[in-house]
Amino acid sequence: MKNIEFRTATSAQGGLLVMGGVPGVAAGSRVQLRDHAGRLRSGLVIRAADDAVLVEVFEGTDDLDLERTWVRFLDEPFKLPVSRDILGRIFNGAGLPRDGRPPIISADRRDVNGEPLNPAARAYPREFIQTGISAIDGMNSLTRGQKLPIFSGGGLPHNRVAAQIVRQAKLLGESASEFVVVFAAFGASHADARFFEESFEESGVLNKVVMFLNLADEPVIERLLTPRAALTAAEYLAFDLDYHVLVVMTDMTAYAEALREVAVLRGDVPARKGYPGYLYSDLAEIYERAGRIKNRRGSITMIPVLSMPSDDITHPIPDLTGYITEGQIVLGRELSNQGVYPPVTVLPSLSRLMKDGVGKNFTREDHPHVASQLFASYAKALEVRGLAAIIGAEELSDADRRYLEFANAFERKFIGQGEDEDRSVYETLNLAWDLLSMLPADALIRVSEEELAKYHKGGAA
Amino acid sequence: MGKILEINGPLVKLELPETVLGEQVRVGRLGLVGEVIGRDGDTALAQLYEDTAGLRPGEVADGLGWPLSVELGPGLLGAIFDGVQRPLQAVWEQSGDRMARGVAVPSLPRDKRWHFVPDPHRRAGTPLAGGDVLGTVQETESILHRILTPPLIHGELMELAPEGDYTIEEILGRVRMSDGRIEKLHLFHRWPVRTPRPFKRRDHAVAPLITGQRILDTFYPLLKGGKAAIPGPFGAGKTMLQQQIARWCNAEIVIYVGCGERGNELTDVLEFMPELKDPHTGRPLMERTLLVANTSNMPVVAREASVYVGITLAEYFRDQGLDVVMVADSTSRWAEALREVAGRLGQMPVEEGYPAYLGSRLAAFYERAGRVETMAGHHGSVTLIGAVSPPGGDFSEPVTSHTKEIIQTFWALSKELADARHYPSVDWLESFSGYIGSAAKWWAENVDPNWESERAQALDLLAASEELQRIVNLVGVEALSSEQRWTLEAAGLIKEGLLQQSAIDEIDSFASPEKQFALLAAMLEIFRQGMKLVKLGAPARRLIQMPLLAQARRWKSQHTSEDIAALKAKIAAIPGEFDKMMLEYEQTA
Repeated sequence: MKNIEFRTATSAQGGLLVMGGVPGVAAGSRVQLRDHAGRLRSGLVIRAADDAVLVEVFEGTDDLDLERTWVRFLDEPFKLPVSRDILGRIFNGAGLPRDGRPPIISADRRDVNGEPLNPAARAYPREFIQTGISAIDGMNSLTRGQKLPIFSGGGLPHNRVAAQIVRQAKLLGESASEFVVVFAAFGASHADARFFEESFEESGVLNKVVMFLNLADEPVIERLLTPRAALTAAEYLAFDLDYHVLVVMTDMTAYAEALREVAVLRGDVPARKGYPGYLYSDLAEIYERAGRIKNRRGSITMIPVLSMPSDDITHPIPDLTGYITEGQIVLGRELSNQGVYPPVTVLPSLSRLMKDGVGKNFTREDHPHVASQLFASYAKALEVRGLAAIIGAEELSDADRRYLEFANAFERKFIGQGEDEDRSVYETLNLAWDLLSMLPADALIRVSEEELAKYHKGGAA
Repeated sequence: MGKILEINGPLVKLELPETVLGEQVRVGRLGLVGEVIGRDGDTALAQLYEDTAGLRPGEVADGLGWPLSVELGPGLLGAIFDGVQRPLQAVWEQSGDRMARGVAVPSLPRDKRWHFVPDPHRRAGTPLAGGDVLGTVQETESILHRILTPPLIHGELMELAPEGDYTIEEILGRVRMSDGRIEKLHLFHRWPVRTPRPFKRRDHAVAPLITGQRILDTFYPLLKGGKAAIPGPFGAGKTMLQQQIARWCNAEIVIYVGCGERGNELTDVLEFMPELKDPHTGRPLMERTLLVANTSNMPVVAREASVYVGITLAEYFRDQGLDVVMVADSTSRWAEALREVAGRLGQMPVEEGYPAYLGSRLAAFYERAGRVETMAGHHGSVTLIGAVSPPGGDFSEPVTSHTKEIIQTFWALSKELADARHYPSVDWLESFSGYIGSAAKWWAENVDPNWESERAQALDLLAASEELQRIVNLVGVEALSSEQRWTLEAAGLIKEGLLQQSAIDEIDSFASPEKQFALLAAMLEIFRQGMKLVKLGAPARRLIQMPLLAQARRWKSQHTSEDIAALKAKIAAIPGEFDKMMLEYEQTA
């Protein structure tokens, strides 16, 4: 069947092609089209019946001449050839080379959809990854095998933050080069893609990076394949070759918009804001491919970047993402406008796996309490700042004024740091104590009395 | 034998006459399993529990003759099942790290022998009815598994095996049914998940479910056999709170259904549960726990089935006379699975794409909770706690608003509290409990007669402080009178010293009812003593500087639930702390 070309297209509209009278076509099978000009396009069977087969064409159905369109059913799902040689290569969204070098030849070809991991086979992520960024390491730490997205907005430096994490990420006591990186960009601009490429080149990791690029002016439907191809490569590197893989994907919003575009064409019932009801399941299929497996050495740690439309965290894309990922790092416009880099808004940020990856035996025994105290004190300080905006800072009590100073110092010194500044987690914790010491000891109830005695500059309560 | 006509996502159209709605089908060369959801002439529409990629029109399909059912018998506890009760541990051993399709592994182990002790009342020739206890198997050290007669059996016991070791498939006995047929008995039986298991009658729920979480037990109690919902936006600590309940609650069996949630969370439960001890029996928690897992990346149709699998397992343990808690995380994902299938069927969407029957399905599901008198005359209960994940944290969305009408206890989680790391982030103004009356009776009899009034006073204080906070936000704290400032301070004390509870602090993680009440009384005692002073003319500013206030905030993590005496001594000393000032102001007054 693979070698037969069918010329039975009966209708085409907005990327969907209906083929008549092709018996026994497998659902989910890959399709190759040849149009009147001899150009090849690829597609996927999304509905199969003997009298009509519905095909989604990745490059779109523009200027298809139904009478002069030849279709081959390849009788297998989309597969990515994998081998050690993928490191250092650049592919398009469908896994074909775009760096001018020859395609990967390998007998090992993997279905890009993957298969769900048996929950009983998962190993719980516990190893603290030091990113060198205080707002992350100190308060929202990253763990090997975690999926921790960056929620951002247009014009915010999410790419710089992601690149800094890629440069600096390491396990305590290991060198930064432990990781290999899988980078996927979909719907990204050429400038963004080049920024990452240059950043990888500068830090000399280019030969440890696999890139999958589907840029803003490239076929939309191919965007649905890009993260899947990238994660197939990541799974191979992690669970076949024992690498610790850091997957950076940008921008998930472009992915979800592509999904919506296709869903509308298919006539799927829309749920919120026109996104299909299965957006959650679809995103989960991508995000849940991060993790660790029992008895395997490698791991997949995932940092998806997504821009929140109109900075709205309740928009379906960040909302559903937040329900699947293990926390989120939220970047804020206000901090960014004040010149704070990285502009991590710590209060809505969260790392769900932090509780099991920091503290005694992992980082330092006071770490969980310090993080909790920083959150509480900064939340209180923001309340005071809100009050000061109404009644004026002069009217504040002495105690409140100390909170105001704390908030400013915290934002400048703790959250703010250089783009090349790589702070160890101990530097981060010591810095935290310097700041907490601006507040009276008896206001710090989230840390223990022993910790106060040991670290607070003013002594115990 | 029939064949596949069309494949459309998880839906498959089959040429398969004479199937019954709800019947299980096996489809294609891979042998994928699903259930019939529609019939039209000779064609049947089926939804499959597994990914349909690779199926082709023309491949075989066959009806299996029974609806989606679960196996009920020894071997359930400590296990982890997927949404259609496949044992994930055994599947892992058989087919590797990834969920391969078409794997057929029996739900309960076939080769394991269980030591069966027959019930002395069961003698040949005596009548036997559904729900009667045939005997027992000590499944784990803490759980005695009662072997039940299948619910639909009714007749005369012909023979029953003597004490000994049996596998679940060996014949344990025979019954002559009233219509003359002869039925075999085993250590296990099957039950269709979409049909509630029968019981004699519903009972009143009387005892509160003690979770060890102060904001829940003391302020918004849930009864054994009750229905509760935990709605909360992402990051509000929903999962953490549910895990705390699963860990600490005083039920005999806990069933945790991970419906469309994170894989790592289930791993977390699987890894930490065996290490933890049941605070009520001292045995490993895993011995009383059972997990049903359909993680968010597993097929969506099995997600819809998973909550029914969970509740049927819960009912089975209830029928043994046990108190069961089932936690469903999250019912929103279940509703979305319903929506997804409805959409593919072309059913008319009503709100946000949900089908019109969303409300009635939810209600029917929650109705399976309750405290009952079992067929055999025992008392058992199923307490149902459903997590809800409202999109954007909006409680007016369809799943949350329908659920709110059905349940009795509402633990509303707040993003603002969670952002300030106030955990558990249960909002004390938006939450409610319809069980206060029954709970008050229990607290009065078992802990302290003043529970109801103390609880009410604390809530009043919290409500008043909310008003005052609004004033402060407008004009600053200086505008408040001393009395108002002290009220605000006392509410802060209640929030930090009582409501906030750390799940990761060994001592604070669980609080017995006695400890909960002691802390509540302590915070209120400080408030009342201070108020007395304020009324005598003492400025709140001075009171706020008392070291007692910082100390009292730490009591919760300094005294274990067994160490109530020391805590009570500190409470008895509270008036003494105020004595000096009291003397001073009484003289001037």
